[in-house]
Amino acid sequence: MSTIEATNLTKTFGSFTAVRNVDMSVGEGEVVCLLGPSGCGKTTTLRMIAGLESVTEGEVKIGGQVMNRLPPEKRDIAMVFQFYALYPSVSVGGNIEMPLFYLGLSAEERSREVARVAEILQLGEVLDRLPGQLSEGEKQRAAVARAIVRDPNCFLFDEPLSRLDVEQRHSMRGQIKEVLSGLSKATVIVTHDQMEALTMANRIAIMRDGMIEQIGTPHEVFSKPSNVFVAGFIGSPKMNLLDGRLSAVRDGMATIELGAGSMTFPVPEAASALGQSNLTIGIRPRALEPVDTPNERSLTGQVELIEPMGAETLVHVRDDDARDLRVVLPRERKVTPGEILHLACDLSQTHIFDDSGLAVR
Amino acid sequence: MSATDKKSLADRLGLKVHSGVGNAGWGRTVFAAVISFIYFFPVFWIILTAFKTHNDALAIPPKFIFTPTLENFVAVFSRAYSAGAAAQDTGFALYFFNSVFIAGTSVLLALAIGTLAAFGFSRYPLRGNDTYLFIILTTRMLPAIVVIIPIFLMFRVAGLSGTYIGVILLYTAFNLPFTIWMMKSFFDELSPDVEDAARIDGSSDRRVFFKICLPQVKAGLAATAVFGLILTWNEFLFALLLTGVDTRTVPVAMAQTIGGDIGVRWGLLAAIETLFLIPVIVVTFMLQNHLLRGVTFGTIKR
Repeated sequence: MSTIEATNLTKTFGSFTAVRNVDMSVGEGEVVCLLGPSGCGKTTTLRMIAGLESVTEGEVKIGGQVMNRLPPEKRDIAMVFQFYALYPSVSVGGNIEMPLFYLGLSAEERSREVARVAEILQLGEVLDRLPGQLSEGEKQRAAVARAIVRDPNCFLFDEPLSRLDVEQRHSMRGQIKEVLSGLSKATVIVTHDQMEALTMANRIAIMRDGMIEQIGTPHEVFSKPSNVFVAGFIGSPKMNLLDGRLSAVRDGMATIELGAGSMTFPVPEAASALGQSNLTIGIRPRALEPVDTPNERSLTGQVELIEPMGAETLVHVRDDDARDLRVVLPRERKVTPGEILHLACDLSQTHIFDDSGLAVR
Repeated sequence: MSATDKKSLADRLGLKVHSGVGNAGWGRTVFAAVISFIYFFPVFWIILTAFKTHNDALAIPPKFIFTPTLENFVAVFSRAYSAGAAAQDTGFALYFFNSVFIAGTSVLLALAIGTLAAFGFSRYPLRGNDTYLFIILTTRMLPAIVVIIPIFLMFRVAGLSGTYIGVILLYTAFNLPFTIWMMKSFFDELSPDVEDAARIDGSSDRRVFFKICLPQVKAGLAATAVFGLILTWNEFLFALLLTGVDTRTVPVAMAQTIGGDIGVRWGLLAAIETLFLIPVIVVTFMLQNHLLRGVTFGTIKR
């Protein structure tokens, strides 16, 4: 059974806690991405699952078996490293063959398997070369080939695409996704690139300071961020986060003071319970739409900077409280710097976070 | 070195190699040639002298053009000790064997032990790792002349004086600090990811060391071996006091050749030295590519 379970996983280095009480489970055929800024503990978590780092507290189960004390070679896993970690003195073919060699397969079986994965990853022509003679893309494919040549219980990827250029990254993303979908194994991918996570993962675990902030499908973490950090981290351009104060909730309609202005809009019942308090409103840049006349759920500001992004245009609008609002407009909508915009927000994409940063739903 | 060799070596080192005189400029080329000639001249003189007769060797002004002779080389191995006597075996064949055997064995031993120790220091650091490394280094901090008397006495008591084992053990201990320090720096430079990858692929620690790490430090092994070899090969003081008649090495035997009824036989000495140079030159040339890579390791951004 190909599953990974981490329960209450904790890792400390001296007095520094790198990973704190991480709980996650990866089902058969599921791809879970650990996403977070650098230093958030995602690689340490992965290395604990792999057995390359000892577990301070908690439990790692692979295929239902506790693995805490087993060395990596006994865990039946395959891992792709950030810098590929190909054996420099062995040819590409030899690199791919290595795991099979340790399994004790015959030379004939080994070369058959190597040929099979070389075909999948288009490495046939470079099998005789040394890793030093490969391009970045080929090294990446060789590293993936070495991981999939055996039939391991699960796959671990550490920043697999970080060294590739944009175009290669796109094509490898698709390729890895395709290869993984054909294998139906539990897979954990570590990345700091949210696009990578959103496109490749079935579920995303967003980490910060050694803790998982939220774990959910790409759709969930985008549309229902559980706190301010996740809201700001996921989505590009970044969500607008406005600090305000809830002054009153009447009949499900909340009035929120935002410095000079205020907004009134319907809020979920939970918000009524908050009473008067500070909160943060999160509005996606694509959820702001220019309207002709201001209303009770609109913000007003002056266009400051225009960044064309191709199909859309990112517009920075400075409002009366000197906040920088990011707004994404369709290409057809022309704006000029200095123009005054009234921006109405789409309530379905507007989030409220209480003063401790948690989402209010 | 052929052009292709030059290219591949340069590529491997990531160096920009000037081809021909054009790029370096005549001034620098001549300057480099003069410096090289000054350094090489004593060696050149020794080789020249080895082919001279006794009279030619003593001639003033020195002769650069003369009829070469091989008599000195013959005399290294067999000669008459007094005028008119029959030629005798000088024992130099044995001394050369001793030198090769003792230097070779002790360098290999030091390499085997030292590489393992270096890997341990690099990968499984102990509490106070640096202190241990420093202590290992301190064993080489005293001048040989200071430690020779206690060592001589210890060898006498232990019955190691004049034996192969004794001098090999000594030279191994002699080479170890250097080997450990040098090999540790090579292991430190390796990417730990590669070893992690090997472990995940199913390799045991022992296999990681032999199959993954060792092949990557070949250059380091070569460089360390050559330096150790040169050090041991040329060692005189310990050899003088600790080897016996049968285990004498060439430097000691050579020193004992000086003197005799016709004064110092310069031609004979030069012939011994010429022969003595050959193994080191051969090994150095054989490992040349590795050596350059080894001594520049870590100084070039990869």
